Amino acid sequence: MAATGSISTSTPHCEITLENLLSFPEGRRLLSCVQCGTCVATCPYGDVSQYPPRRIIQMLRTGFLDKVLDSDSVLNCVACYACEAKCPRGLSLTSVFLPLIKEQVLSRLPEIPPEFQRALENTLRYGNPMGESPRRRAAWIKTTPVPIRILGDDPRPTDVLWHVECYLSFHPRGQDTARATAKVLHVLGVDFAILGKEEECAGECGRLSWESGLYDELMEHNLAVFKKYKFNTVVTSCPHAYDAFRSRYSARGFDYPLQMMAPYLAGVLPKLKPLLTRKLDRRVTFHDSCCMGRHNKLYDEPRALLSAIPGVTIVEMMHSRDNTLCCGGGGGGMWLDTYYKTKGYERLSERRVKEALATGADVLAVTCPYEVSRFEDALKVLGFDKRVIVRDVIELLAEGVGD
Amino acid sequence: MKTIVLFRMVPDIVEELEVASDGKSLDREYLRLMLADADNHALEQALIIKERHGGTITVLGEDEPGMEETLFSALCKGADRAIKLNSSPQAGTHARAHWISKGIRETPDLLPADLIITGAQAIDDLDGLLAPMLAQFLDLPFLGTITRLDVNPATGAGTALREFAGGVRGEYEIKVPVVIGVQAAEKPPRYVPVAKLRTIMKSRRLEAVQISDGPWIFPVSEIRSMMKPQETTQAEMLAGSPDEVAAKLAGALLAHGLM
Repeated sequence: MAATGSISTSTPHCEITLENLLSFPEGRRLLSCVQCGTCVATCPYGDVSQYPPRRIIQMLRTGFLDKVLDSDSVLNCVACYACEAKCPRGLSLTSVFLPLIKEQVLSRLPEIPPEFQRALENTLRYGNPMGESPRRRAAWIKTTPVPIRILGDDPRPTDVLWHVECYLSFHPRGQDTARATAKVLHVLGVDFAILGKEEECAGECGRLSWESGLYDELMEHNLAVFKKYKFNTVVTSCPHAYDAFRSRYSARGFDYPLQMMAPYLAGVLPKLKPLLTRKLDRRVTFHDSCCMGRHNKLYDEPRALLSAIPGVTIVEMMHSRDNTLCCGGGGGGMWLDTYYKTKGYERLSERRVKEALATGADVLAVTCPYEVSRFEDALKVLGFDKRVIVRDVIELLAEGVGD
Repeated sequence: MKTIVLFRMVPDIVEELEVASDGKSLDREYLRLMLADADNHALEQALIIKERHGGTITVLGEDEPGMEETLFSALCKGADRAIKLNSSPQAGTHARAHWISKGIRETPDLLPADLIITGAQAIDDLDGLLAPMLAQFLDLPFLGTITRLDVNPATGAGTALREFAGGVRGEYEIKVPVVIGVQAAEKPPRYVPVAKLRTIMKSRRLEAVQISDGPWIFPVSEIRSMMKPQETTQAEMLAGSPDEVAAKLAGALLAHGLM
């Protein structure tokens, strides 16, 4: 979109909507809900939500769904997949049902929370939620000491197409992770390249936060860009993009081998391990991201990477793996912090860093670029930013590689 | 109630502005245009009035990059007609006001209108001259820097809240027809779901209106050169202990007659 500056109006496709919900198997299965309430108990905002998933389903079945749609309760859904992972009936709550409800709720609200609206508008116009210049998407490579090829400038085939995503491209702490990733790929001798200014947000938060049209717009752009180049594998640094490519882009022609960066590096660990020569002496606790962990079950790979770094001891938080606690940034939550604060809710990232503090770790390691800034902010708010630092797993690897 | 909302596109300053090689225009290679922020508020205020009292809204803008999508977006939000005017061959706010007034007069079924609303300012019209000049060309009264507006469609009488410097506000009685310059709408401009925009771009059409060049009844301005602001070295960094810095600061404020 940003490249052309105009909205495309290409063919619509058969999409599941609230109206046609029951004509899809995922929709019909909702009718089998046994009202056990597991979803409410596991929802990070279940205690403050007027309509948690259990009640929404019952309102749908009894014809009172309008009440749900006229409340803003479902804005509390941070797309953490906890309810979906725990549901004994295997209902597609986070991936299908709740975004449809949220779409209707937001279209009825007299005003969309302004930070959220701005993020959506920015993503449409600039291809990133921060509203940064799309031309500067690869500006971070100027401060990276290793060579990075941009396919637009040098379109030769590449082994790995590294999909960098928005936060690694633009957020100052994300750029630290981007530089660390480039360093690790370089020392491994990986043949990699990036899309630079042609890359746009994959759009996953657009859909899970309700904006299916925005998602389609971004998907069409990104698919067209992928088609321009030859590569063997797409490796993305963002679990949200990974989720989008795997579960939605695939239905629209994305058939490239796909990996997230941490699992990709775990796959070449025998080659990486001898390069990890610097001892770090860190006590590390790892936060499983909702998208990478709970939704895609990639739990062991980041832990394998951490274990390979000399001097790193891993300690687990009370909630880990399937039981991980959400940072609060998914499903649009990244841009609803002010809204949640006005409601008086506890910030989920603060809840999570309290668990990290309780382990006695001095590093909170993550794999999702949203989490670095969220957890660093939470630690500062709680006054513990000197006791625990937040690092992407790949930043720790780069540190372990040494100079 | 018949309302016309006027749109203008301005450079998007997310990209750095560069002077083109001719030395008198902006380099268009990377320049993107966007709707002037206050014009977006002008539409929002018109929509609020339509929601209160009914009526129709026509949006009108010159044919510039990005204008079509902006007009479609206005249709999504609730505008009834969208008109794309061929763009003015002359530069400058004076010429633009004249051109748009011609466009309004020559578009079928547009006049008489009750409210003609546009943004009070734009980044290429910081003096906020477009709306008052337009009012002059249309021979209508004008009121600018408005932050609230309402009109009773039965009587044509209404009220407008105008902002002054220093937080002072004044409530004005108005009578349609009138040209209004909106500083900010009563609430932030609404969001357009992209799916809705994509649908409306397929199902609706914009009206294209062509008006002829001239006669220009006033001397048109010409851009002779364009340059970036010159860097100056006027800043003075105050150093020392907090007390010393405070004393130096107070001295500087006194020396410049600011205290």
